[in-house]
Amino acid sequence: MTALDQNRARRADAKASFATRSREQGLAWLAVSPALLLLIGLLFGPVAAVVLFSLTDWQLGSFNFHFIGIANFKTLFTDPTFWKALSNTLIYAAIVVPGTVLLGLVVALLIEASPNLRGFYRAAHFLPVMSTMSAMAIVWGTMLHPTIGLVNRALGAVGISGVNWLRDERTALLALAVIGIWQGFGFAMVLFISGLKAVPQQLYDAAAVDGADGVLDRLRFVTLPMLGPVTMFVVILTATRAFEVFDSVRVLTQGGPNYASEVLLHRFYTESFDFLRMGYGAALTVVYLAIVVLLTLTQARLLEGRVHYS
Amino acid sequence: MIAGFPGRRFAGRVARHAILILTVAFALLPFLWMVSLSLKPPEEIFQVDFRLWPTAFHGVENYHVALTAAPMFRFLLNGLLVCAAIFALQLLVCIPCAYALAKLRFRGRDTLFSAVLVGLLLPPQALAIPHFLMLNVFGLLDTYAALILPWAISTFGIFLLRQFFRSIPDEIIHAARLDGLGEFEIIWRIMIPMTAPALTAFGIFSIVAHWNDLFWPLIAVRREEISTPALGILLFRDDEAGQFFGPLMAGAVIIVAPLLVAFLIAQRRLIDGLAVTTMR
Repeated sequence: MTALDQNRARRADAKASFATRSREQGLAWLAVSPALLLLIGLLFGPVAAVVLFSLTDWQLGSFNFHFIGIANFKTLFTDPTFWKALSNTLIYAAIVVPGTVLLGLVVALLIEASPNLRGFYRAAHFLPVMSTMSAMAIVWGTMLHPTIGLVNRALGAVGISGVNWLRDERTALLALAVIGIWQGFGFAMVLFISGLKAVPQQLYDAAAVDGADGVLDRLRFVTLPMLGPVTMFVVILTATRAFEVFDSVRVLTQGGPNYASEVLLHRFYTESFDFLRMGYGAALTVVYLAIVVLLTLTQARLLEGRVHYS
Repeated sequence: MIAGFPGRRFAGRVARHAILILTVAFALLPFLWMVSLSLKPPEEIFQVDFRLWPTAFHGVENYHVALTAAPMFRFLLNGLLVCAAIFALQLLVCIPCAYALAKLRFRGRDTLFSAVLVGLLLPPQALAIPHFLMLNVFGLLDTYAALILPWAISTFGIFLLRQFFRSIPDEIIHAARLDGLGEFEIIWRIMIPMTAPALTAFGIFSIVAHWNDLFWPLIAVRREEISTPALGILLFRDDEAGQFFGPLMAGAVIIVAPLLVAFLIAQRRLIDGLAVTTMR
């Protein structure tokens, strides 16, 4: 091939790639335009609207409203029920996250330790994840019933007198947390199992050469360190879900008794859609949003340092 | 796997089953309890001694009450309709966008992808007030549209499908273009078949989430006729017939059963698919 030919070919190439590239641009924009419009119309527009609403005194049904600055936030931060809801949500998460992660991890390790009945165990633990929470919360309500409930019958059989779990200020939140763990630990298990499958066999062999061949040694030096990334993921997922707890609260306690089980999302629902105080509800949303986003970002940052095996 | 003496190995095996049976009991007892109560007459539910299987079988009556006092099948049908519509819309919107983000070069691509990532952070419940108001403005509250439209976009879906589309080699797409295939044909005939497992997993996530969702239907809908399963069972409980435990548990069985049966039929592939997609 002569230099001239080469040159011509290169030029034709560049021309063609310019044409395809601008065609590609047009096609790409056509392809993303529905998603882009909906992202703005259904996600980012509404977020901006929530922030705007939070600065007004607007109530659903009234036609005018005024900008009242940060008055809604002042009301919110001086409202004891808000602080109660916030601390309850934190307590709920502080029980549900370690409970779910630990139980999910232990079950995953035990299931993967042997192929015996593996499929059955996996499916059985996963059933709560797929079940409709509002219906199963109703079922839990009957299980926790003070006289005919399964829990108090079982306690009575060993001579302990149970309490009215969902109507007692000391136990309502705890009962909801147990229901939360019940719903979520099967999902944690599935994620841990797939994490376990990704651990290369060579690492166990190498550990055995170094003298770490007992079950606990293998667990401590190989399995658990290798599960770092999965664990980070499960913790974030579970924490986010814990902050979104709503169904069981709405169905079983409505935040009672005496706000003992009031949580952020239920507070938000009640203020906005039972009392129709949209401005106040929007302020609550802004705070909720800030907490959830901060939580996700900090956890990712915090755990990043410990996770470098992927 | 377990090193050491045969005796220790046996003990380890027994311990494994012992612990797992306990956790299985924790996971399954609510279901057993639900079915058990749904088959019992009222006096047996309140009896002092408890039997799993009823002495007097009262299942027919309980399920009959549940089905006649509330439109249970209607709830299930609504759930099916709403979930199918949501997922169809999501696919229509997500697939082209994910393809463009993964395989096409265009100005603003990185910005758009960052926007999708930010969208992933937003809890959907936080958007309830503006969604409610928009639907109110268009007069759509208390309709099927109110249950469906707010979910038309899924940043999770876009993100997930983009990751999977990226894993398909560019050479395949170049070859298809040389064969004269247009971009939308490439999506339809190459990308979709090659990422079927991811699409299935996305479908399961979407359907399970919206079938089980209580928060949004509670806000968007008042009429019983268009209630989804999660809301329907709550309406039934707060109704007169729902005050009786037998029919109430029968209703819960009817609401919970379809997803669980579907899960048990397809469970192996399903669990693997979910794990793989969540970790992406």
